[in-house]
Amino acid sequence: MTQVEERHTIAVLVDNEPGVLARVIGLFSGRGYNIDSLTVAEVDAERSRSRINIVTHGTAQVIEQIKALLDKLVPVHRVADLTIDGPSVERELALIKVVGGREQLVQALRLADFMHARLVDSSIESFVFEITGASDQIDAFIHLIEPLGLTEVSRAGVVAMARGPASLGRDDS
Amino acid sequence: MSATSAMPRTEVQTQPLTGSEVVLKALVEQGVDVVFGYPGGAVLPLYDAIFKQNSIRHILVRHEQGAVHAAEGYARSTGKVGVVLVTSGPGATNTVTGLTDALMDSVPVVCLTGQVPTHMIGNDAFQEADTVGITRPCTKHNYLVKEPARLAQVIHEAFHVARSGRPGPVVVDLPKDVLMGPAPYTPKETVRHKTYNPRVEPQADAIERALDLMAEARRPIFYVGGGVINAGPEACAAVTDLIRRTGFPVTLTLMGLGAFPASDPQFVGMLGMHGTYEANLAMHGCDVMVAIGSRFDDRVTGRLDSFSPGSRKIHIDIDPSSINKNVPVELGIVADAGRAVAALLEGWRARGLQPDGAKLGPWWDQIKAWQSRDSLRFRQSGDVIKPQHAIRRLYELTQGRETYITTEVGQHQMWAAQHFKFEQPRHWMTSGGLGTMGYGLPAAMGVQVAHPDALVIDIAGEASWVMNMQEMSTILQYRLPVKSFILNNSYMGMVRQWQEFFHGNRYSESYMDSLPDFVKLAEAFGAVGLRATKADELDDVIKEMIAVDRPVICDVVVDRAENVYPMIPGGAAHNEIKLSPEDDAPVRGSEHGMVLV
Ligand SMILES: Cc1ncc(C[n+]2csc(CCOP(=O)(O)OP(=O)(O)O)c2C)c(N)n1
Ligand SMILES: [Mg+2]
Repeated sequence: MTQVEERHTIAVLVDNEPGVLARVIGLFSGRGYNIDSLTVAEVDAERSRSRINIVTHGTAQVIEQIKALLDKLVPVHRVADLTIDGPSVERELALIKVVGGREQLVQALRLADFMHARLVDSSIESFVFEITGASDQIDAFIHLIEPLGLTEVSRAGVVAMARGPASLGRDDS
Repeated sequence: MSATSAMPRTEVQTQPLTGSEVVLKALVEQGVDVVFGYPGGAVLPLYDAIFKQNSIRHILVRHEQGAVHAAEGYARSTGKVGVVLVTSGPGATNTVTGLTDALMDSVPVVCLTGQVPTHMIGNDAFQEADTVGITRPCTKHNYLVKEPARLAQVIHEAFHVARSGRPGPVVVDLPKDVLMGPAPYTPKETVRHKTYNPRVEPQADAIERALDLMAEARRPIFYVGGGVINAGPEACAAVTDLIRRTGFPVTLTLMGLGAFPASDPQFVGMLGMHGTYEANLAMHGCDVMVAIGSRFDDRVTGRLDSFSPGSRKIHIDIDPSSINKNVPVELGIVADAGRAVAALLEGWRARGLQPDGAKLGPWWDQIKAWQSRDSLRFRQSGDVIKPQHAIRRLYELTQGRETYITTEVGQHQMWAAQHFKFEQPRHWMTSGGLGTMGYGLPAAMGVQVAHPDALVIDIAGEASWVMNMQEMSTILQYRLPVKSFILNNSYMGMVRQWQEFFHGNRYSESYMDSLPDFVKLAEAFGAVGLRATKADELDDVIKEMIAVDRPVICDVVVDRAENVYPMIPGGAAHNEIKLSPEDDAPVRGSEHGMVLV
């Protein structure tokens, strides 16, 4: 088997019960697997289901292990590998703070406009921008704005979904 | 978490049950007849409820680790779920080794732990421990029950999870207020569990592909593990039938011993680090490997990059995460071993296939040549008792009896695996995955509780045995005629062996100084103490041990310098086997191998 490491986005539908996130995270930390990004929120209040999106990387063998181990967890309903199951969309949201003089802030605003970031807070010496997009888009924005007085970044982590009609979790009981 | 119905069906109850009564009622409905436990503040309500009933027997252990191993022995010798009951805090933390052992060896155990009342959780209350946090990585699943309404369902679910799929330990943490207050009883659900439903049926096309590979094989081997024993006696019978109908050789893992009769000529012995020469070389040289309920553990595979390099591998396992974990296989079949083998048998018959002497002849000739090296040989001469000889004699003198063997961990364990022959499943209980010294005595106790009339023997090393020797008190209390057959070499023999091979004979802290006088110790506990120091005393001592219908500690003083052979050093390949002290094949501690345990 190949030793090349690949990045995978895995979506997990779980019962929203205490400790479920600890089980998922414990599985990764206990076995030395990587978590590059993790998001979790309830997605079905009526049935008390949460969705966890995990971005990880590893060899094909490790990715297969991760999915099998996740699937074995008792509160897990479904596991989907969005990276191999077909095309998918991935989005991330970030808040980015720039602190600086007038000159820099004007430049930052221009850059934000160009990158489709929104101004969500401003003061005499600072701006907070909100940007949504693919992770590399956000990386690019951060990279560009860095010299203009970037002081803080808060990223929500990746949320992802398969393209087309296939869906995770509404069909099982 | 519970099954699909939103509202649990509640029985009409004139007088509401307490949480403790609900727990016991659920245990009874689950078929539990015995619980191994130790009381304490948080579980007093449960102990009070136990006092008032007769359906469930409670065995009072002397240490909570012993309770878990006893439950493991009970479970592995019966196929039922073993049940443990302990208090909060130290009671719960004392179970961690046992739970980890059960997790590694796939033993179904439900462990009920007391917890401080719900309103005090998180306050560093007296005897509070984060039991679900501590046991999360060493259980298959665990629960903290905060709502009385969920109590009965959680208990039922715990049994479902413990016994289905790849079995394992489940902890249910029970706050004292939940045990004391009223709680509704809900009967066992029969509907499908909403998330945990392991796949048991094999895919038909995978079975056909497996049959194709098996039919073409010229140098095949079955590699069968403890999963087949977990799948039940019918599964073992089916595997045995399949092996005989194919004429293929079979090797068993440490955990799989008894899944196929050891006396059968198709059995080539255990494989792995201390497996037979023929088993390991057959694994190395095979062209088709049929792995069933075995998990390619590092003790079995040795160096991964040279493990059975030329073979096409079929792996049948109920646990999808065991497939392709260490060794990539061509064909993984996720299924219950019994169902998969039944399907293979049907297909094998339907294709009209039979053992093909012409095709398999050269392979068997090769295997017989390897067998002629007699890799388990040892020489018993003179007064000093060779440990292997002691086990051979024990085996021979217990023939014709219903005998269950447990072991501790070390050299004696390997010699027991090599020299005691198991014809049936569920008669051999050893700590394989975790290698827990102190497993054997409490496990034997659990086996004896389940089989009061059988002969139950812990083949022990003196160092391991003292690790849980407090259980002698339990053994006496319940008049369990457990036999401790201690191969006393005054050393942590397995540690000493590695120090001899890999650390220049520097026996750092592996000599057992100040051992107790085991005969007097037996007497102090109220058991029978026996000792054999010379070879000609051995048979009489074994016979007496068997004849006495009481607990016996048998101190068999054996050769201190004996090593376990054959040996494949850690990190070496299956064809790098050291057969005996005279063998030139050096036990090389390769740099890579030395870091392995
Ligand atoms: C709880 C625990 N601690 C340490 C070890 C490491 N260990 C493996 S075998 C062994 C020596 C066992 O000595 P003994 O029980 O006398 O058996 P022998 O090898 O002499 O037959 C030790 C210390 C272990 N397996 N388990
Ligand atoms: Mg010893």
